[in-house]
Amino acid sequence: MRKVSRLSRFNVASLALGLAFLYLPILILVIYSFNASRLVTVWGGWSLRWYYEFFDDRAMIEASWMSLRVAVASATIATLIGTLAAVALSRGERFRGRTLFSGMLYAPLVMPEVITGLSLLLLFVALNAERGFWTVTIAHTTLTMCFVAVVVQSRLGSLDRSLEEAAMDLGCAPARAFLSVTLPLIAPAIVAGWMLAFTLSLDDLVIASFTTGPGSATLPIRIYSEVRLGVKPEINAICTLVIALIAVVIVLASLASKLSSSRGESAAPL
Amino acid sequence: MSGRRIFARPARFAAIAPYVWMVLFFLVPFGFVLKISLSQTAIAQPPYEPVFDLTAGWTAIQAAFAALSLDNFKLLVSDDLYVFAYLRSLTVAVTATALLLLIGYPIAYGMARLPKRWQAVAMVLVIVPFWTSFLIRIYAWINILQHDGLLNRILLALHLVSRPVVWLSTDTAMYIGIVYSYLPFMILPLYATLAKMEPALEEAAADLGAPPWQVFWLVTFPLSLPGVGAGVLLCFIPIVGEFVIPDLLAGSNSLMIGQTLWLEFFTNKDWPVASAAAIVLLVVLLAPLLLYERLQRRQLEEQ
Repeated sequence: MRKVSRLSRFNVASLALGLAFLYLPILILVIYSFNASRLVTVWGGWSLRWYYEFFDDRAMIEASWMSLRVAVASATIATLIGTLAAVALSRGERFRGRTLFSGMLYAPLVMPEVITGLSLLLLFVALNAERGFWTVTIAHTTLTMCFVAVVVQSRLGSLDRSLEEAAMDLGCAPARAFLSVTLPLIAPAIVAGWMLAFTLSLDDLVIASFTTGPGSATLPIRIYSEVRLGVKPEINAICTLVIALIAVVIVLASLASKLSSSRGESAAPL
Repeated sequence: MSGRRIFARPARFAAIAPYVWMVLFFLVPFGFVLKISLSQTAIAQPPYEPVFDLTAGWTAIQAAFAALSLDNFKLLVSDDLYVFAYLRSLTVAVTATALLLLIGYPIAYGMARLPKRWQAVAMVLVIVPFWTSFLIRIYAWINILQHDGLLNRILLALHLVSRPVVWLSTDTAMYIGIVYSYLPFMILPLYATLAKMEPALEEAAADLGAPPWQVFWLVTFPLSLPGVGAGVLLCFIPIVGEFVIPDLLAGSNSLMIGQTLWLEFFTNKDWPVASAAAIVLLVVLLAPLLLYERLQRRQLEEQ
């Protein structure tokens, strides 16, 4: 019998090239953030100079602080509401407007951000809301809760329902069964959802630009306005710090999903 | 006890908060976009003349409906600038999606053929850049592609070119940026279908004498079509409305619709035209959006 070889040379080459393509640019950015030279492309030896420069830059620090607060607040609200949405979709029976509900949850995953941003801004203007921390937080919550809902829903879908049934057969009220059986089982997916929401919020430029007000720029907005003027080594340093923060978040999230996979199937689709 | 029905009633209550939130912050805002797209531009703050004022009573609303204006939409259709922007957005999205499929497929295929243990590692490696900031990844490419950037210096050192090539502000740079940013979105759904595929099917085709390219083209590829569909939609829809990548990497002589919208809104302060542009963009994307939702629903609910 002739066997199709499982891993051809072509497979290996495309994998290696693909991963190099994904990682080299980020690696180069990180290395050059430690460059002593002002010219981004000339190597002048290792130095932490641009990190000091960042910590002296009040506007950048303020923007970072704003971004972190928005990310924590919006990720937390999004995780609460997104988890509720996931439970409703995977455990609720058919209810009126269910198609519209799931439609509204899945559409923002791919909706161009210029549309979401513009429409939210027009709402805030119509409501006469003062634009700043809360408008950006609400906007980010609206986007990221959809990602949380998908991650948690896919975990709920792969869960063995006989556990919930057993709890209820043994006399648990539905709410009790949910809190003491289902919730611990989906907890890793909820944690992963929070992390994803956090990084998405930290990253967003377009929606934040539309929904923020004067004087409360987020970090991506500051970075963007600097990048438009050209490459600056200080930006490399800031980007490296953001990457480091996200790396910590990823490690925590993967620990959470390891916990989840040891209890069943792996959770996150993204 | 019926398994499907557990929690049914309380779970329905769980829908209330997210439902209200999404109606208020996702659905209702589109009404405002539509309303303002039908308004007149004004030099004021906010920069538009409201078409109707709900506090003014029924007759005023009727009068306002009579005064609705399609001028902004007429402008979008008659002005070449906008027509070209839409055409360019679609062309860029189609080209970039094709490139992504061409580059992403071999990578996903390679992943699916790794031993099981390595598959998990490869998957994490593909997902990690997705978590890294979008803006930072574009900025990383500006570092590499600029006039005295790494790419030009390597090319010069290898004597492949005699003077630095202009990379930034070209379509090439933009395509590199788009492919780089969206690659995980293409690879993951492709990998998901390819990994589930029964290897015996490919082996059977090979046993029956099919050469490798035929095995791929007649067996593997058709079976992976659901993944291809998901990946294509996941990339195509957001790329059509993309703003950051063309703004930072492409030249400024031809704009995509996301850039035009941004320009009308932030620079020209013409909110009605920006809103009309958003409505047209939404209409263009409606069919792929609905298709994507159906795929997503089927994937999540028929587990």
